[in-house]
Parts: sequence; C-alpha cells; structure tokens
Amino acid sequence: MSQSATADAGWRKHLPVINAFMRYGILIIIGFMMLYPLFWMIGGSFKNNQEIFSSIGFIPKEPTLDGFKKGWETSTEYTFATYLINTMKIVVPKVIVTVISSVIVAYGFARFAIPGRKLLFALLMATVLLPKSVLLIPQYLMFREFGWLDTYLPLIAPQAFAVEGFFVFMIIQFMRSLPMEMEEAAVMDGCNSFQVLTLVVAPVILPAIISVALFQFMWSMNDFLQPLIYLSSVEKYPVALALKMSIDVTEATSWNEILAMSTIALAPSLILFFVAQRYFVEGITSGAVKG
Amino acid sequence: MTSSSVRLSAVTKSFNGTDVIKGVSLDVKKGELVVFVGPSGCGKSTLLRLIAGLETPTSGEIIIADKDVTYAHPSKRGVAMVFQSYALYPHMTVEDNIAFALKIQGRPKAEIRAKVHEVAEILQLDHLLQRRPKALSGGQRQRVAIGRAIVREPDVFLFDEPLSNLDASLRGQMRVEIARLHRKLGATSVYVTHDQVEAMTLADKIVVLRAGLVEQVGSPMTLYRHPANLFVAGFIGSPRMNILPATFAGSTADSVRIQTAQGSLIIPRKDVSKPASDKIQLGLRPESLSLTAPGAEAHLTGYVTLIERLGGETFAYVTLKEFDCEPIIIKLDGETAVHNHQEVALTIELKRAHLFDADDQALGHAPDFDPAQV
Repeated sequence: MSQSATADAGWRKHLPVINAFMRYGILIIIGFMMLYPLFWMIGGSFKNNQEIFSSIGFIPKEPTLDGFKKGWETSTEYTFATYLINTMKIVVPKVIVTVISSVIVAYGFARFAIPGRKLLFALLMATVLLPKSVLLIPQYLMFREFGWLDTYLPLIAPQAFAVEGFFVFMIIQFMRSLPMEMEEAAVMDGCNSFQVLTLVVAPVILPAIISVALFQFMWSMNDFLQPLIYLSSVEKYPVALALKMSIDVTEATSWNEILAMSTIALAPSLILFFVAQRYFVEGITSGAVKG
Repeated sequence: MTSSSVRLSAVTKSFNGTDVIKGVSLDVKKGELVVFVGPSGCGKSTLLRLIAGLETPTSGEIIIADKDVTYAHPSKRGVAMVFQSYALYPHMTVEDNIAFALKIQGRPKAEIRAKVHEVAEILQLDHLLQRRPKALSGGQRQRVAIGRAIVREPDVFLFDEPLSNLDASLRGQMRVEIARLHRKLGATSVYVTHDQVEAMTLADKIVVLRAGLVEQVGSPMTLYRHPANLFVAGFIGSPRMNILPATFAGSTADSVRIQTAQGSLIIPRKDVSKPASDKIQLGLRPESLSLTAPGAEAHLTGYVTLIERLGGETFAYVTLKEFDCEPIIIKLDGETAVHNHQEVALTIELKRAHLFDADDQALGHAPDFDPAQV
C-alpha cells in the first residue's frame, strides 16, 4: 500500500516535465506543419526541376544553385535585380508617406476638437469596410486623366492622404492611451502642436509606427493587383509581377527558378520583421507616468 | 531669478455650460507660496490650469508679472508646471528632459549644458542624467519634473498635486525638499493639493476653495485659529474640529453666553451680533479639550468609547451625555491613563472655542484676533 503510494508520488513528481513535453511537442508539430510549405519552397529552390515533383521531402538530394543562377537572369532582358529595385521604388516611398499621413491624421482625430469629428471618424471607419475592388475602375479612370498610367504614382500618391483607415485607427488607439499631461508639459515647454507631435508623441508611439510601416511594407511587397492594373512596361514591373510573368512566358515552367526567386523575394520582409520585432515587445511608454 | 505676482480678477470658467470656477479674484505676492486646497471637484486644479494657460477663462483677467496673459500661450507666460503624474518624456534621458524647454527656445548648446548641470546639482540628479525616466524611482522622477520647471527660470512655479503619487514617507521627505527649494529660489509658487497637512506646512498663504468659489484666504495659522466658516473649520485641521449644537443666549461686548445640552457656557468672543436664528454651533478642536484637572471646572461630561494611541499622542472618542451628536474627539498626551467606558469630565479652553451661526458662518471672532490685520 505504502509502496504504491510512493510510486504514485514519484510519477507525479515528473508531471510538470511531462506536461511541458506534451505541450511543446504539440506546438512544434503544428508549427512545423504550418511552416512546411515555406521549408519546401526554400528546399525546392536548391533542387533541380525533376526532383521537385518526384519527392515530397524538402531536403534536396543533389543541392544545386542552378535555380538561383538562371532565375536571377530571368527570361526577360532584365535581371531579377531590376524587379527587386522596382519593388523598392514602390514600397519605400509608399511606406514613408503612409506613416507620415496616418500619424498626422490620427493626431488630429485623437487630440483636436474638429467640428464633425465623430462623423468624419465614422466615414474613415466605413472606408475600412469598403471592398477595395469597388474603387478600381473609378481610380483607374481618374489616374488615366492625370496621365499617371504606367508610372508608380497611382500606387504611391493615394497613400499620402491616409487612405488606410485601419492604420489611422490603430495609431489613434495608441495615442488615446498616452497621458494628456505629457503633451501639456510639452506645450508648457514651448512646443507648438507640430512640435508636440514630432518631438514628443511620435517617438513615444514608435512601436505603433513601426507596426504600421511593417504592415504596409509586407502588403505592398505582396501586392499583385494594383501593379498589374497600372503598369504596362516590363522594365517597371515589381517582383510580384515578374514572378507571375516567368510562369506565363516559358513553355515548360522552370519551377526551381521560380522557387529560388520567391525565396529571394521573401527575404526583405522576413529580415525587416525580425529586425523590428523587438519594438513590438518593448513597451516604450512605461515610465511616462507613474507605474 | 525674478519673481513676480499673479493676479486673478473675477475669473470664471465653464465647461459645456457647467460653471466650474464661479468668479475668483486673488492676489499672489512676489516670492509667496500660495496653496489651493479643497475637496475634489472644487475647481482647484482648473484654477491652476487657467493660470498655466492650459485652459482659457470664460471671463475675467489673469495678470502675471504686470502683463495681461489671459489669452497668452502657456510658454509665453513665464510659468512652469510640475504635474501630478510627472509627465516626463519617456523617450528622453533625464538630461534631455530637463533641457527640452531650452532646446525649444533655441538656446546655445553650451548654455543648455551648463544650466542643466546646475539644476541637476541643486536636485541631486547629477548621477542620473543619462538614465531614462523608467529607470528612476518615484521620488527621482518627481525631482526631474521639478528640475524641468526650474531650468526655465519662470516667474511663477505651478504645482499640481505633485506629491500625491508618492508613498507616505517619501511624501514627507519631498515636502521638506520643496519647502527648502522654495526658500532657496524664492520664486512665486502656486501649489494645488487636497492634503491639508501639505497646505499647512508649505504655504505662506492658503486659499480654501469649495465648488468654484474662494471660501477663505489667509496664512495657515489664521485659517486654523480663525476659520471664517464651518467648511474651512472642518477642512483645516486633523482630526477635524468637533461640532456641537447649542443655542444663543445673549452676548456682551467680549463674550457670548450659550446654552448646550449640558448647561450654559460663557465663551469669550468679540464683535458678536445677535444671529438670525438662535440655533448655533459650537466648534471645538481636539486639542482645546482636556480631561478636567482636580479642582478645575468641568464643562462637559461623557463616556470614552474608543481610544487611538499613536505613541506621542492619544485620541479619545467621547460620547457626550445628553447631546444628540457624533462622539467628539479629544487629543491627549500619549501616556494619559484612560480606558474604554470610563466616565470623563472635560475642560474646554474657552478662548479657543469657535462659534458658527445656523448658516455656518463664524459668529464674531476670538478675542486674540484682529480682523484689521488680515
């Protein structure tokens, strides 16, 4: 009796370890399943074209850089570098104007008693619910009148007017959590409204700003539809269009090249995410007021 | 450092039709430390924010250093403010926090550095200059907030309940520090608090506010000894003044005869005119009551119902015979031998007794009070 009791207790002593083992085991298995397509893509980019379809594993039997070499040259007259640079030419200005315009508009909503603020805010929120495809035709016609077709302007310019209601909303929420006294202290120290925003508010809401920049960066990198509509010359294509193009043009698609270029295309977003990750975690506002 | 006066004349402020400040006129002399006290919602913080320029008055004038600043920008008024929550800039080091106002003014770098270090030395912050606010303790943050105010060399310092976020022991320490700093800089200061101990210890002059109106202005001791009405009497002093019901029974040039549930008392009191209603109130501070010494006259009798021993002093709660009122509190020496349910006789220090009429206004004044001096 007493022996079985001690045996029982001995088993229970290991319960936390077993518990952790099972929890992490399940998490690792699910995580692996979720990421498998990504691993497969990276692995596939080092395989030759036949092997991609003949095995399900992602570790290449005969690793080769062929995919990267040929893929980089592309089937067009431009190398893949051109398309990467084109993407950056769209994405970088887009992110910058998005952040600036969203922060300014959010500050206005969060801190100024504008007449009709509630109605304006409701309208802004309504645009979040509006399907983007509804805007495609009127916008296309408008930008054609401007003579902006086949330029990057239709992709970038709208963002200068804080059109992403979601970003504005996100920053407003962040600003509302800031103590008013901090901004009042800045006013007493001699700041005008613009200085309060740039010197005090913006640095404090940096985590939100970085989140906005990161979202916009990733969304714009992945955006396929808008460049497809507005860009017609191949020399201006971003990565998303270039990848699609290489599927179309070649008769027998070289999947290893596409996978290799997809891997490269993925790199900027991934790198940026890991660099910026700590800002999500770091609560920079702590210490502003008591707490 | 120049110090100058603040003058408010008939200042009012309404928020969405609600009158928060209902006409306040006030004079703060150069170098004076004036404390606004009152219960929460009395408008004391709003009044401070009006002086700071964070709010604009609905009517009236605000004059600082002989300039009308009623509608001037906060930074153009020569005022600096210390906030309750400190309101430090979390992304800047202590040095940058203190230097911020000077940087906005566009002062030369060398001058800013010198000033910041001078201020840091006064406040013993030298070794913390490179830290961020979140790495500081509550008291240190408070000192940075004060440093940020000092560095601007303002005409007037404004303090908005600066100590209420600190724990009790630190609060006492910072209170002494603020008093010392005020003496050292000699700057005009306006200080808001709901803590009457802070008000009593720091103030040159106390302004008691209630519901947007000034109840009484005076030095701490004037307010304590000669409250103009029952509200001030109850607000200043801890434990509170005891209030007993009584009836007016006639007065002479320097005394008043009153009738209480335990008989009549003659209270020395000047300039008493017959009140509209005979119902009056007798105010007795806990320390102006004592256990009747052998041979002395007893004014009141009752039973002890509770004893609080604080060490140096003892508070006894006494339920009075015949009276229809709360138990009164008397302050005794720490070693006094009293016990629960003991029957006690009490002697009143009659010249320290207060009288209020049915409308809570003080009835006459104590014999040692000269109204012309205030």
